Amino acid sequence: MSAPARPESVALLEKFVAALAARGLVTEQEIADRQASTDRASPEIGARMVARAWLDEGYRRLLLANGAAAAEQMGVSMAGAPPLGVLEDRPGLHHLVVCTLCSCYPRAVLGYPPHWYKSFEYRARAVREPRAVLAEWGTVLPPATQIRVVDSTADYRWMVLPMRPAGTEGWSEDQLTAIVTRDALVGVALPRLPVAAAAE
Amino acid sequence: MTAAFAPGARIRIRDDWPERRGPCHIRTPHYLRGREGVVQAVLGEFPNPEDLAFARPAPRRPLYHVLFEQPPIWAEGEAGDSLLVEIFEHWLEPATPAQEAA
Repeated sequence: MSAPARPESVALLEKFVAALAARGLVTEQEIADRQASTDRASPEIGARMVARAWLDEGYRRLLLANGAAAAEQMGVSMAGAPPLGVLEDRPGLHHLVVCTLCSCYPRAVLGYPPHWYKSFEYRARAVREPRAVLAEWGTVLPPATQIRVVDSTADYRWMVLPMRPAGTEGWSEDQLTAIVTRDALVGVALPRLPVAAAAE
Repeated sequence: MTAAFAPGARIRIRDDWPERRGPCHIRTPHYLRGREGVVQAVLGEFPNPEDLAFARPAPRRPLYHVLFEQPPIWAEGEAGDSLLVEIFEHWLEPATPAQEAA
């Protein structure tokens, strides 16, 4: 029994990579490193950055001034990645991230975007009627909160630094990381205490 | 190339529709054309995506974070709601009082 035929696409890819390598544009190792960091990227990285910013004022300032440098401190390789901007929620101001043109998303620190983020419905509605979108998500903002929709149209990628919920005083970085969901990192949800913790 | 606008500058997005003239790739959302906003930050300089998309030499252009009031854009939303959008410099023009009066 003969081995299955190699798909033509694999041969094409190998030739393409060899051509890039021959021109000194990329090495096999760089491709392997990028694949590894793409596979590792998950919302837990962004959540941990938020938790650390809540606990460490110096890290918070770095995160807001230079998101990529703050991600590098978490061991994320940002070489070749778009710059990362971080927008801080504060009392009276809530950020919501959308890309109306396509699906720009801070993949380096959040991983692949969820399907709804790329849907026509979210992209069209988030920018036009963000309050209705948040209501459907079950996200209730404190009274008199202004919404700032961030349309990610160009070279930056944007992540939200939400406000630390009350009732988390004395929590560790791990505990705080656990309440920052993927959805909270783009502003469609808020970090929420587990029911048990809230009841204590 | 240095940024022509500083944070706080009141600007208008050019009311231009290159998509009506032929193939193009633009990053300026349609809903902002002709609208006024305020420069919030200068984000740096990036190769012009309008050239990159067609594999043309792409000069670096200043990119801004521009803040718009939401209600007049969509006639929806609550007062104080806003939109924050990355816009390249060649899409900005000053929103001068003289122009507003004209």
